[in-house]
Amino acid sequence: MPSSLSDHPHHHDHPREHAHSDVPSDPALRTKTLESLLTEKGLVDPAAIDAWVDAYENKIGPRRGAAIVARAWIDPAFKARLLQDASEAIATFGFTGREAQHFVVVENTPTIHNLVVCTLCSCYPWGLLGLPPRWYKAAPYRARSVIDPRGVLTEFGLTLGDEVEVRVWDSTAELRYLVLPERPAGTEKLNETELAALVTRDSMIGVAKAKAPGKDRA
Amino acid sequence: MNGIHDMGGMHGLGPIEHEKDEPVFHAPWEARMLGIRRGGTFPPGVNIDRWRHVRELIPPHLYLTRSYYDHWYMSYVAALLQSGMATPEEIKSGHAAPGSAKRNDAMRPDQAWNAQKTGGVFARKVEAPPLFAVGQRVRARNINPSGHTRLPRYARGKVGIVRLHHGGHVLPDSNAHGEGEAPQHLYTVAFSMRELWGPDASPHDETCADLWESYLDPA
Repeated sequence: MPSSLSDHPHHHDHPREHAHSDVPSDPALRTKTLESLLTEKGLVDPAAIDAWVDAYENKIGPRRGAAIVARAWIDPAFKARLLQDASEAIATFGFTGREAQHFVVVENTPTIHNLVVCTLCSCYPWGLLGLPPRWYKAAPYRARSVIDPRGVLTEFGLTLGDEVEVRVWDSTAELRYLVLPERPAGTEKLNETELAALVTRDSMIGVAKAKAPGKDRA
Repeated sequence: MNGIHDMGGMHGLGPIEHEKDEPVFHAPWEARMLGIRRGGTFPPGVNIDRWRHVRELIPPHLYLTRSYYDHWYMSYVAALLQSGMATPEEIKSGHAAPGSAKRNDAMRPDQAWNAQKTGGVFARKVEAPPLFAVGQRVRARNINPSGHTRLPRYARGKVGIVRLHHGGHVLPDSNAHGEGEAPQHLYTVAFSMRELWGPDASPHDETCADLWESYLDPA
């Protein structure tokens, strides 16, 4: 029998209430003030902020995940490795450390549709998809995905029949989930690069299917 | 804690606002806050679990009305104030108090990419064998700790099936409160929608959550 957490003698050192109390309303002004203070105190280097912004604007984004999906579509051995030990398979693309840790890739099929959410905060596969979209972090998606995933999918324009089982993955730990969408029909002649162009961010979260070939949008 | 952040299953929070061609950032300040979060020096003990807990302590009316990166601003400021690394006057003025300490160990820009390509390892060795096996029925405990936990309210008391076993992982309930990593076996547990939400829920569907061993009993 595992020890009970409720019996655990926590000493809850909650941050004081006023720490979260209201401060001047304009977040742009507040953030600028904070950056000035941290810079003066030697707690942040503004050039390091620039480096992080550049990384997320220009280097880390959903094209990474799309490349992995496209490889899985054309290479059955890679797909098998991806579904068995995703972190190891992802690392072969040069993604390391926090980019590839503790990954689980879940496969959509004609009878199983997977959907990823984080009800408790905003956990998301940053390393392969970049920063999460605003709706993913917002209350409506977090609240409803686990109780009404079909309704959520309908809002995204995807209506599933009763023959499809919906599996929702709530990212409550450090595991990061990536959906392997179904390969669209009519893509037999496309190469890996062309296939990757069909793989959208939303299809790897599970709120959409991959784009059909010859269409600009899903 | 039974806070506003634990919103799985809630109604009435409005439509999902899907944005076509959403930009990476909606305003320059969001990008600066992201950079501060990733490149700034954090007070001792502010690990990822502590960070999440500080965010959970944002009062509900602000949690629901302030934007995501504003949550980060509030959480970072709360952590600075609580640690004594900054005073309310400094947060307001944007200037260090005369005579206050200045550090010289902030992350440099050339260290950022290396920080991206390393770390993020939360798996830990646990000597004890796992109590549960894949395929086993388990019941999530009905626990309501006032501190940090990653057992969502919607799963408490419900019976599910162990779908995956991930070995040992850092326990957030302990790590958030400076009580050590206390690693435990971590499992992905699948709950049927009918178990979670009653007879009106879809008979075909399920929700999985990643749950630590001390969240679970055999069922």
